[in-house]
Amino acid sequence: MTALSAAPTRPRVPIDDGFAPARVWAMMLRYLYLLRSSWPRTLELVYWPAIQMILWGFMSRFLMTNSSWVARAGGVLLAAVMLWDVMFRGQLGVSVSFLEEMWSRNLGHLFATPLRPYEWVISLIFMSLVRVAIGAIPSALLAIPLYHYSIFSLGLPLIAFFSLLMFMGWAMGLAICGLILRNGLGAESIAWFAVFILAPVSAIYYPVSILPWWLQYVAWCLPSAHVFEGMRAVMFQHTFPVDHFLAAVGLDFVWLAAGGIVFLIFMRQARRRGALMQMGE
Amino acid sequence: MMQRVPEPVVSVSHLTKRFGDIVAVDSLDFSLARGVTAALLGGNGAGKTTTLSMLLGLLLPSAGCIEIFGENMLTHRHRVLPRVNFSSPYVDLPHRLTVRQNLTVYGRLYRIRGLSQRIESLAADLQIGEFLDRPFGKLSAGQKTRVALAKALLNEPELLLLDEPTASLDPDTGDWVRSYIEAYRHHGNATILLASHNMSEVERLCSDVMMMKKGRIVDRGSPSELIARYGRATLEQVFLDIARGPHGDLPREAAQ
Repeated sequence: MTALSAAPTRPRVPIDDGFAPARVWAMMLRYLYLLRSSWPRTLELVYWPAIQMILWGFMSRFLMTNSSWVARAGGVLLAAVMLWDVMFRGQLGVSVSFLEEMWSRNLGHLFATPLRPYEWVISLIFMSLVRVAIGAIPSALLAIPLYHYSIFSLGLPLIAFFSLLMFMGWAMGLAICGLILRNGLGAESIAWFAVFILAPVSAIYYPVSILPWWLQYVAWCLPSAHVFEGMRAVMFQHTFPVDHFLAAVGLDFVWLAAGGIVFLIFMRQARRRGALMQMGE
Repeated sequence: MMQRVPEPVVSVSHLTKRFGDIVAVDSLDFSLARGVTAALLGGNGAGKTTTLSMLLGLLLPSAGCIEIFGENMLTHRHRVLPRVNFSSPYVDLPHRLTVRQNLTVYGRLYRIRGLSQRIESLAADLQIGEFLDRPFGKLSAGQKTRVALAKALLNEPELLLLDEPTASLDPDTGDWVRSYIEAYRHHGNATILLASHNMSEVERLCSDVMMMKKGRIVDRGSPSELIARYGRATLEQVFLDIARGPHGDLPREAAQ
């Protein structure tokens, strides 16, 4: 018979019934190991935001001399593209970490441990922050020498805009994870394109008033439209629009609750269908 | 003087799972005592993996009740899961992470005290030390099985569920894994439930065999009891009698 080096010495594992930050950290560690093991993945996080910023930087430079609107606040397009990227990367940060588990057929193992779904969700959110930081900070810093524009000149409102867009990104990310759980890996492309459905109505590069009247109603239901209107108010009128801020905060709560509910419903459905054991490439 | 009956580790009653019109598991009733190695034995589609998935809480039953360590799995699975673990060929560990990283992540999920020591001792026991720092995806099938077993034993589970633990292994590695499972049960007084269609494995490891067919337990006993009941020489012949025979649900004498 095979010898065991040590007879089991129970209990080695705590039998608890509550939230454990240690499990959140364990899941973050899992994604950080993955990022560390693959430099192309890390490079990709930096690459797209930087390319976007460079393209829109040249566009801004051109429009500064041809558009009086852009000329009033030189960095308005650059600030918009960088903030939009925050939301996109925020959503992608949640969805891609989730997809990693699907690609590696690991969901069955994870949910046979004491890991709770909300602990996993918290780890996805923290990882989204890490991914956004890796992607957004280099491009924001690069814009300073290239185009003499610093998004940090927005001051304190930048923190508000950043947080509001991250919250919306997480809400979308959770809903997308739920949809992928529901429909399997065949639906993984939703993670990359879903957010762009909202781009035209988020009024990233133009005011909401440009939209047809009926689409304006849709726009005002999005936290992102309030953020971009707010950003333009800060840049053009040098005032912080409290009404847009409060509207965005309220809407973010609604969006996060909706995203969380969609995720939990489809998670439960996955347990009913046996999908946690079957999903994978 | 009344003798105290020990509480079963696993107690399943009327457990049923339907997928639409298909009944995958049909009103199962069984219980398992501490320290036994039991098997769910049956052909493909008999309901073995579905039963294990429900015991782990990965799949919600359509009806019935599962109690593990006296706790209801439907309402208190998180109190139970720290004391349970499993291994299955149907799920994988992340391929890009090294073996050590995988074991570290799972060890932290179980909040194991002295994790580095535990990984080192498992690595020594299961002979995986030489590839601890290799990505899991680059291991051979036999090496992956041993790593999966290491993951399953990280938390020193009192209940270990194993789905086809030696599938796709060469005879030497298969024999080695069986020996290890035997040793683990013996040392830890653990309860082991394995799903398999490998008869020699079941004969060697299990003292209690539940024969499954079409989602139901059609017979139960020790390997020797089943062999005697069906008047056969091996468990494989018993299995074939049940799977193929016109009176498959009944022992031969009863059918006659």
